Amino acid sequence: MPLLEIRNLQIDFGRGPSALRAVDGVSLTLEPGKALCLVGESGSGKSVTALSIARLLGSPPARYAGGEILLEGRDVLRMRAAELRSVRGGVVSYVFQEPGASLNPVFRIGNQIKEALKLHRPEAATDAEVVRLLKLAGIPAPEARIRNYPHEMSGGMQQRAMIAMALAPQPKLLVADEPTTALDVTIQAQIIELLSRLQEQLGMAILLITHNLGIVGDIADDVAVMYAGQIVETAPAGELLKRPLHPYTQALMNSVPSLDSEVQRLTAIPGAVPRLGAFPAGCRFHPRCARAQAECSQKQPVLVEVEPRRWVRCPFWNATGLNINPGTARQQDPSQVLGQALRSGGRGER
Amino acid sequence: MNEPLLEVKNLKVHFPVNSGPFTRAKEFVRAVDGVGFTIAPGETVGLVGESGCGKTTLGRAVIRLVEATEGQIIFEGEDLTRLKGSALRTRRRRFQMIFQDPYGSLNPRATVENIIGEALDIHHLAANAAARRQRVENLLQDVGLDASHAQRFPHEFSGGQRQRIGIARALAVEPKLIVCDEPVSALDVSVQAQIVNLLRGLQREHGIAYLFVAHDLAVVRHLSRRILVMYLGRIVEAGGAKKTCQSPKHPYTQALISAVPVVDPDSKRQRIILSGDVPSPIHPPSGCPFHPRCPVAEARCRTEVPALREIEPGHWVACHLAGGPAEITEKSSGRTETAPRAGA
Repeated sequence: MPLLEIRNLQIDFGRGPSALRAVDGVSLTLEPGKALCLVGESGSGKSVTALSIARLLGSPPARYAGGEILLEGRDVLRMRAAELRSVRGGVVSYVFQEPGASLNPVFRIGNQIKEALKLHRPEAATDAEVVRLLKLAGIPAPEARIRNYPHEMSGGMQQRAMIAMALAPQPKLLVADEPTTALDVTIQAQIIELLSRLQEQLGMAILLITHNLGIVGDIADDVAVMYAGQIVETAPAGELLKRPLHPYTQALMNSVPSLDSEVQRLTAIPGAVPRLGAFPAGCRFHPRCARAQAECSQKQPVLVEVEPRRWVRCPFWNATGLNINPGTARQQDPSQVLGQALRSGGRGER
Repeated sequence: MNEPLLEVKNLKVHFPVNSGPFTRAKEFVRAVDGVGFTIAPGETVGLVGESGCGKTTLGRAVIRLVEATEGQIIFEGEDLTRLKGSALRTRRRRFQMIFQDPYGSLNPRATVENIIGEALDIHHLAANAAARRQRVENLLQDVGLDASHAQRFPHEFSGGQRQRIGIARALAVEPKLIVCDEPVSALDVSVQAQIVNLLRGLQREHGIAYLFVAHDLAVVRHLSRRILVMYLGRIVEAGGAKKTCQSPKHPYTQALISAVPVVDPDSKRQRIILSGDVPSPIHPPSGCPFHPRCPVAEARCRTEVPALREIEPGHWVACHLAGGPAEITEKSSGRTETAPRAGA
């Protein structure tokens, strides 16, 4: 049985006719001990999806409009408070983007980690266990560090402390939401390597959320790419990086700067991620897509398994001899996109 | 044309620790500890290093947002460290800065027109309100925004757009040098690409020089002609961008390069994962400041500070183990070891 199974998840913000759909029919599967990377730009809905796994979204304003989130076979969205409390930490644990903002500034690191232990493994809530966890997270001289306040540690150290705290209840799934975005590249490499090592050592599954395809290769078994609230491509990591099929994935890959390339100009994706409630008609990516055809602005594409274990949401994923119109992919002002959506009668989805 | 636009000599910025009205500081944070380099007109020089290496402080010291403790900053032939008051203020038109945080660097209560127009007002660059408005609109279009954005407030824009506003503000006074302090670090990778391309285009059009400060070598490589690598307040390697990235000579540069995220499924490359953090700039390690984290440190590295020497024409390294006996002393060539020349 998969450890995590998200089925057709739909999440709205607000109610009634002005509700905005942030997550629109997302489905994901994660097996025990595997690592899945959820990739997408800011505003794609990936963080909202990740937070919903432990029902961490404030609702209101968020509303679970449909779908299921099965953790070890039990639907998180229908759990009662007591069961939910044991799941949070006990089964799934989180590491967030800004460790400085996620750690309590007025408590020492040791106390914060002990708090996590007291909640889930009270018999192990000792200094010795805290030191063991800090060591596991790669913090040198942990006996001294337990008395540190967060501000006395560098960003990389804080993130390791957060990881130690997340590991304390021995979760089966670790959700890391852009854990390295606020860190230097060298520290980023350290943290990704740490997560990968922990996955192996502890047999723990990892859901890593990022906007940078460059770090996917070092840790992921599988990758899912999100855009405007929908999954547009999923594949095993190696396959996706070698041969991305969806135009958006290809564009993302081309925008990662490389040290070796002789190319002087970075390939940017023109325009911007459409805002909630301002999705274009038809395919949500079409205004920025170099491969967009006439039907793309009219028909919403569906996710199709085009090869074993490879799903793509684009009817032209392998079309050759296309009329490629770079003019379609011009800079789009978000207000223009809104105008377009209004003219096409509604929220742009369905 | 051979005159450098900017020449920094032996710059030091030391911040006192624990000093007050009654106590004199006994310790100093040696944020910048003897740095020298040049920038030619219209050139981009990249400055790379981890958090805490002093690169931001160096960038700010160059445009005198932070006062240098020692050294010279020669901009267009004049030593900026000696200027004061209105003389300094008029010179400030010639150099500007773009900041890292697109959310914190714009006044949230001012319209975009006023954010950009303020620069024009201070330097009396617009004859009247209509001229000011026109200039702001032109600048907005130059950075890929719309004239209608002038009446909006910063919170109505995305991170990438705010960064464009910051760039328009810097361009308003037609500077010859812009210090870009990690301008894309807070942006998504795809938006980073847009901003980097914009900066490159503007450089070509207006002949502006950039000091591009960043921790991501890959981004720096795309814009820079020369790269300076900084560690704990000093330059440890300096050379042409392509050369430095393809064949780095200093172990720290090699580690930085190995840490750059790469979209390569088959990259079985050996990542050099540096252990630990950058040491404290109040108590730097003895000898070579990098030796505690260096995978190839020797006994000598613990005791002797390596000098920055030119091991190949235009390529400087501060490492005992790099290069051959190509040490150039002050006497033999008349060049000091802390002034790698641009375009050499």
